[in-house]
Amino acid sequence: MNSKIAEAFAKKAFIAFITGGDPDIETTEKLIPTLEAAGVDVIEIGIPFSDPIAEGLVIQKASERALAAGCTVDKLFAMVSCLRQKVKIPIVFMTYANPIFAYGATRFMANCAASGIDGIIVPDLPFEEKHELAQECKTHGIAQISMIAPTSHQRIKTIAREAEGFLYCVSSLGVTGMRAQINTNLAEMIAEVRSVSKVPCAIGFGISSPAQAREMAAVADGAIIGSAIVKIIAEHGRDCVPYVKKFAEDVAGEIATL
Amino acid sequence: MTNGRFGKYGGQYVPETLMNNLQELEKAYNFYKNDPGFVSELDDLMQNYAGRPSPLYFAQKMTADLGGAKIYLKREDLNHTGSHKINNVLGQTLLAKKMGKTRIIAETGAGQHGVASATAAALMGLECEVFMGREDTQRQALNVFRMQLLGATVHEVTSGTMTLKDAVNETMREWVSRIDDTHYVLGSVMGPHPFPTMVRDFQKIIGEEIATQLQKLEGRLPDMVIACVGGGSNAIGAFHHFIPMPQVQLVGCEAAGLGVETPQNAATMANGKVGIMHGMKSYFCQDEFGQIAPVYSISAGLDYPGIGPEHAHLADINRAQYIPVTDAEAISAFEYLSRTEGIIPAIESAHAIAQAIKTAPTMPRDKIIVINLSGRGDKDVAAIAKHKGVDLHE
Repeated sequence: MNSKIAEAFAKKAFIAFITGGDPDIETTEKLIPTLEAAGVDVIEIGIPFSDPIAEGLVIQKASERALAAGCTVDKLFAMVSCLRQKVKIPIVFMTYANPIFAYGATRFMANCAASGIDGIIVPDLPFEEKHELAQECKTHGIAQISMIAPTSHQRIKTIAREAEGFLYCVSSLGVTGMRAQINTNLAEMIAEVRSVSKVPCAIGFGISSPAQAREMAAVADGAIIGSAIVKIIAEHGRDCVPYVKKFAEDVAGEIATL
Repeated sequence: MTNGRFGKYGGQYVPETLMNNLQELEKAYNFYKNDPGFVSELDDLMQNYAGRPSPLYFAQKMTADLGGAKIYLKREDLNHTGSHKINNVLGQTLLAKKMGKTRIIAETGAGQHGVASATAAALMGLECEVFMGREDTQRQALNVFRMQLLGATVHEVTSGTMTLKDAVNETMREWVSRIDDTHYVLGSVMGPHPFPTMVRDFQKIIGEEIATQLQKLEGRLPDMVIACVGGGSNAIGAFHHFIPMPQVQLVGCEAAGLGVETPQNAATMANGKVGIMHGMKSYFCQDEFGQIAPVYSISAGLDYPGIGPEHAHLADINRAQYIPVTDAEAISAFEYLSRTEGIIPAIESAHAIAQAIKTAPTMPRDKIIVINLSGRGDKDVAAIAKHKGVDLHE
């Protein structure tokens, strides 16, 4: 069990996602300590992939920008290593199976451990396929973070029993991206998890505003915001840092009221 | 570990949101494939609606001209909607209806699978939406209009390379968004389990008919079966019956575009590496970082960076061979078959014809080659004219 992630959930957690290398590595490198200072508890860095089937348009475009700007896995490892001298909060990677598979799972997890990555989220490795990385994650102490969805039903308990780090609860059907409303009965999903596991639950997909983040964090142990931040980065490019900072502070402020 | 493995290939590499649905689909498929009512309803559609069995035609002039092995053409181009795609689509759409779905979605490259899906949806009274890359809507404009005539909505996909791979991405994203009333009619032997197995089962009738028909005509098995391979559904359909018969050589022709040594090709087995995409572990054209390569072929239906997992396995165990065929060879075969036999083949199927043109003369006259003529070429006429610099005033 990765204790750093557990500590991050000592209070209601704010998890922020950004696509690594969007618009360039230098900006990502500035954003991460800024997010930490703004009150973010866990950072998720998306490793861009050419065919991200779980992503909506905002993150698809961010992946395209990052790849066009020359972002690679090795550049992200180097960046995280560097950042680890000052950034203390957990950092997890979110990416698809193929970039890890092409890099070599063993080498990938070894480099995660060496550079200071705490966990990994792979949306196209459901429970039945998590064996692809399970041994390597275990060997290198990387939490293999699982997802549950509104369609998971009787699968929830099976997934929760083996969950590590935190459980990523997908708020609604569909791909990532901002939604005006989230109608899933999340309390019920989370109660199901709680009946078999103590793993913290964070809700993601579709959270667009600080108020919505507070609402979701109230139901669960934390809220994950991706597209809403990535959209600010898309709007302001290399000058995005103060705008992202302001938004993250607003979200952290709302969550802190809980 | 999941079922649905062919050696190490296959699996279910999809977001959690889809898993429950895939398991329900597998359960429903396993039930209905043995349900006498379903089987007889599908048989009836295959015969009286699609026009099966398709003829096995002795290409006498082509055989004489090439001067080697006897050549037979399995005429999937004569099926309703003009290709083998109807076999799978009738099966899946009927299954979707039995499962209580009211809407089907589908990806399409050349438009053949989209047209077949739109057709089956019209027949069975389901809503149909087709996702097609912008590049393909332009090179296959006729099929876009055909789908619209059949009552389907066609969505132009503008993400990524705007071809078949991106159409699959977009259809999967649509399915994740609306699952309850919707079935994704995947068009090839690819994607997550149970699709590669289910689609193969709906297509294996091609090889079974070849065996029966050739037995009647020649009293024996073919020596070689040749088919084009993108995702690989017509090829697996033609091959499957013969897999346990090692005396039958199985040859898949993949799209080499401008050449396997150039960046403009879609030759997955020649240039790809093992990877994970579109729900399956298989071979994919990709760069050293695992980013999927922007592939190219003149044929929209073969312009795909992956291959079905069963083909990957057949290649690994040396049961089938996969040979790259270039645009130029396919175009020349397209013209050759048109002039020699009076049959205009789909540009996809022309890749298989091209391979037969190369192989047949090297084989003795008592050998038999069956080419799976997977589709007809009407849809390609405008693109071939353009390629040859002929202005059709379209």
